[in-house]
Amino acid sequence: MENGHETGNGVAAQVCDVAPVPDAELAAICTRYGCDKHRMLDILREVQDRYRCIAPSTMDRIAAGTGLTRIEVEGVASFYSFLSLTPKGRVTIRLCDDIVDRYSGLEAVSAIFEEVLGIRIGETSADGAFSLEVTPCIGMCDQAPAAMVNDVVLTRLTPETARAAAEALKAGEAPERIVSERFSSLTPHERALHMVDNNIRHAGEVLLGPVPEEAGLNNAVSMTPAQIITAVEDSGLRGCGGAGFTTGRKWRFAASERAEKHFVICNADEGEPGTFKDRVLLTERPHLLIEGMTIAARAVGAREGILYLRGEYVYLRELLEQVLEERRRRGLLGKAILGVKGFDFDIRLQLGAGAYICGEEGALISSCEGLPGEPKTRPPFPVNRGYLGYPTVVNNVETFCHAARILDRGAKWFHAMGTEGSHGTKLFSVCGDCLNPGIYELPYGHTVRELLEMVGGGEAAAVQVGGPSGTMIARDSFHRKLTFDDLATGGAIIIFNGDRNILEIVEYYMSFFVHESCGYCTPCRVGNVFLQKAIQKFRKGLANPEDIDYLKELSGTIIETSRCGLGMTSPNPILSTLKNFPLVYSAVSKPSKDGIRDTFDIQSAIDGARKIAKRRSYIFDKDFTQ
Amino acid sequence: MSGTKKETGFTFTIDGIEVTAYAGQTIMEAADEAGVYIPRLCDHEGLRHQGSCRVCTVKAGGRSVAACTQPAAPGQAVENETPHLTKMRRDLVEMLFHEGNHLCPICEASGNCELQAMAYRLDMTEATKFPYLEPCRALDASHPDIALDTNRCISCGRCIRASQDVDGKGIFGYVGRGIHRRVAVNGENLADTDAEVTDHAISAEVCPVGCIIRKRVGFAVPIGEREFDKGLIGHDIEEKRK
Repeated sequence: MENGHETGNGVAAQVCDVAPVPDAELAAICTRYGCDKHRMLDILREVQDRYRCIAPSTMDRIAAGTGLTRIEVEGVASFYSFLSLTPKGRVTIRLCDDIVDRYSGLEAVSAIFEEVLGIRIGETSADGAFSLEVTPCIGMCDQAPAAMVNDVVLTRLTPETARAAAEALKAGEAPERIVSERFSSLTPHERALHMVDNNIRHAGEVLLGPVPEEAGLNNAVSMTPAQIITAVEDSGLRGCGGAGFTTGRKWRFAASERAEKHFVICNADEGEPGTFKDRVLLTERPHLLIEGMTIAARAVGAREGILYLRGEYVYLRELLEQVLEERRRRGLLGKAILGVKGFDFDIRLQLGAGAYICGEEGALISSCEGLPGEPKTRPPFPVNRGYLGYPTVVNNVETFCHAARILDRGAKWFHAMGTEGSHGTKLFSVCGDCLNPGIYELPYGHTVRELLEMVGGGEAAAVQVGGPSGTMIARDSFHRKLTFDDLATGGAIIIFNGDRNILEIVEYYMSFFVHESCGYCTPCRVGNVFLQKAIQKFRKGLANPEDIDYLKELSGTIIETSRCGLGMTSPNPILSTLKNFPLVYSAVSKPSKDGIRDTFDIQSAIDGARKIAKRRSYIFDKDFTQ
Repeated sequence: MSGTKKETGFTFTIDGIEVTAYAGQTIMEAADEAGVYIPRLCDHEGLRHQGSCRVCTVKAGGRSVAACTQPAAPGQAVENETPHLTKMRRDLVEMLFHEGNHLCPICEASGNCELQAMAYRLDMTEATKFPYLEPCRALDASHPDIALDTNRCISCGRCIRASQDVDGKGIFGYVGRGIHRRVAVNGENLADTDAEVTDHAISAEVCPVGCIIRKRVGFAVPIGEREFDKGLIGHDIEEKRK
């Protein structure tokens, strides 16, 4: 973990020898995706799944098969956490290393896996059977600690269940069988429910209450695109992914752009630690989501759509494929939807491969295009020139679901809920130190205190609203409101009681951003590492009061000069805790005394040299003896 | 710019100086033509704009944007050389110094190095407060005429674009993510690629630092007589206004 250079994910590691993959098989994989370079992520995912590695010789041949250079293939392969240039075990266990998982017993669970499998975190067993890794938030904070075992999700792990799972895997059991002995006979929906609980604690009027089938779409087909856009605009719906842009306006911009093609993309890449609301919608309301996308397609004139599913939610792939297929069969996707001539629209599922940045609109489009998930230069905006250069609407899962309901019940109905500027309901994913973690659908405008009462979070000392890129508030701010104008949130509410160490949480969040920065621009790539190191200094008690100014100044530069939302918000864990928990920082920063700067630890500074010289320093060694 | 385009031009200001631009021009392109220098490292004449170093950050309409990618807009008031922006830029240049290993006294690009010259221009004269990341990347000297010391690389990607777009080769590319993102070559090492010392991507003008090294030509011009020993970086652009 030195220098923020963690092992594993996102690292262009050196490669080692692996058995060559037969040419014919690679050619078959490329052909399956039309030898299309834009499907590179699918091609690499499949190679990774089947051969556990994307070796240099493989990259050469994939490049030849898709008309790219090897370095272009390597650029993609080395960007995504779930792709690997070195061989992974046939079973790869990824323990979710979110702060909530850490506070729920991750350490004990990982110790069990290490013990039973005989490998440490970050290692692959010598026989190639297992890899053991950690991965950032997989969207299961309401049932932490959780893990992905290949494509299977295990939740609420305890040392006992972890031992049972590890021993079963070691005995050669398939990961699916750990979930259920009858796994193969379950439907995709049942499989998802066997792995992951929905934890719907409060169903609201819009999304999680009773939802009539296709009511929105049935109305939409009798409306003109302009009328659909006006309805969505009048409802006051704003994007539910976090940024809160007015949905109707986005659709209007895309619709007014003259182009050969238009695209509709659903952003199902909720990666903000503590967020899992889209997971629940994807499981329980997939038809409503696709209905919303189909309505958007009619509004902007799109014939093609993409559902971009985060790699961590691969366990929902089958379920979503089944829904898409069923809708094609029922004439709700494909040619002449609901019998309306000229209303053609179909959707492909695009799976991500472990990269938080792909939740950023431009990065998500890059990823759909088969590129590393790097944000795009704006302008042009995606509504003008997005996927493959065509006007593209990108909305979040929840936003599309809302849109479908608005078309069913009308703009006024939706507009009447919530507060001025924040209309309708919002899904809150609540986790951490509370009695009832899970999903709450509430109108905008509740205070944090009201929410805490609902979820049994009476012991909350700090609440992280909107995930790490949002705001952390203390008890004196629990009267604040969950709206776009006060505490804006994509939905994540993480509760910490008084026993938690704020600086530990901040350091975790900074290391998350260091890990997840795409690295395109200087301030985000480098500056976040500096912030992480500075927080480590505070945690070690080596900080001076001036270091607080340093944190603020450096944060300011990163926010102001970064190219996309990640860098523009990554210093928030620091800035919001400096503002709302100032004592935490002042308690551990000391002025220098006797001219000796506490910030400099001579012992650790000379330790490397001491080892090389195999000799102690007479001057600086602690006990001054020879 | 052709005469016909000039007719569709519009004006905006940079630090109060009136500048003419044409539809589709970026702030930096218009500034360059008008003899107003906006500091930059990843941007280079004749190459696609990338907007990754962020050294060209300016304030336009109250927002901070990269001048190399932001389109110029009629009537806009752009801030360029303010103490605030100079401080931001100095922070960014310092970040690049600390991310790599930049040993100016022994680097053959010293005096010809844009990173070093930018530090002088932005008045980076004191010891910096950032930590050193001290990377340790292997030197690639496999090619008979070219060597790569990526410890000095600032990830500007000018070589990538020059090789792709000018040479039509694609010898370089980015790999990895975050702090591990770096420039790599299209093969096991440089000798494995079709790089030639005559490529535009390899020319001294493209690599702003001492990362791409042409063998047997180093230290030909003595220190004191090198490009940025004679004048601040950007003076060639600023002289257009005089």
